[in-house]
Amino acid sequence: MSSINWFKYASPPTFYPLAGRLAPLFGVLAVVLMVVGLYLSFFVAPTDYKQGEGYRIMFIHVPAAWMSMFIYLVMAMWAAIGLAFKTRVSAMMSQALAPTGAMFTFLALWTGALWGKPMWGAWWVWDARLTSELILLFLYFGFMALHASIDDPRRADKASALLALVGAVNIPIIYYSVQWWNTLHQGASISPGAAPSMTSIMLTTLLIMTAACWSYAIAVVLSRVRSIILERERNTDWVASVVGPDNRGGRG
Amino acid sequence: MADFFAMGGHAFYVWGSFGVSALFIIVEIVMVKQRRRTILQRLSRIMRIKAEEAKRHET
Repeated sequence: MSSINWFKYASPPTFYPLAGRLAPLFGVLAVVLMVVGLYLSFFVAPTDYKQGEGYRIMFIHVPAAWMSMFIYLVMAMWAAIGLAFKTRVSAMMSQALAPTGAMFTFLALWTGALWGKPMWGAWWVWDARLTSELILLFLYFGFMALHASIDDPRRADKASALLALVGAVNIPIIYYSVQWWNTLHQGASISPGAAPSMTSIMLTTLLIMTAACWSYAIAVVLSRVRSIILERERNTDWVASVVGPDNRGGRG
Repeated sequence: MADFFAMGGHAFYVWGSFGVSALFIIVEIVMVKQRRRTILQRLSRIMRIKAEEAKRHET
């Protein structure tokens, strides 16, 4: 561990090509996992004895909800590293994560509504789990809006990093909301140290779909951070040497 | 086949969930590519302008 100089990767000229090599790998992995996951979701996983075919929404709803919380934690972690070590790439990573996190949060709410209607009889209820997840969506929006509203990028990084860190308190609230409050939302299907409350093929499918979403998020965030790096380092010599005067959006 | 798409009467909810998710993923990929194209075009335009200015100073 100590032989690797981690700060080397925190410099944009080193991180930019690294992200460029990793993004397509995770993209391919995401496609493969998604194909396998969708096949299992629709053709292998058995019909649920209580919810019929409608329960299959779970295979996108649960990964989206997990991703929404996990991406926020990763985003807050990069924000904290950026605050502590003033590494340029850290702040750019947290900026790159926010739109994807917001997308998964919206999808968790959307698929939740479409699952709630046939099973509970309601698109939406103001209970603890749903409300705290909605707050998460607003936290993502607030994070992006705050960063966009401050002209000086360094100050924007600092202010939005603070917002990300304060907002992180919402994550355990979402996670434990089903235990702390009486809620319509069912409890965790999978929790550490307890036997999962579903058949093993359903569990396998869920984990593969989650891995697919994970790979997708890594691929798309690494691609986005490359644009952010170019945007913010545009006045440096290394960007000039990477881009060249005739680049119209191809490789490089 | 029709049975499969009917999803036991839950077609709207199941396909509404997976369809919108797929749509968002596609839109996000397009937006990321668009952002990359925009910044690369902008950067190379700036560089061409700079190169022309340098040439003008030489002559």
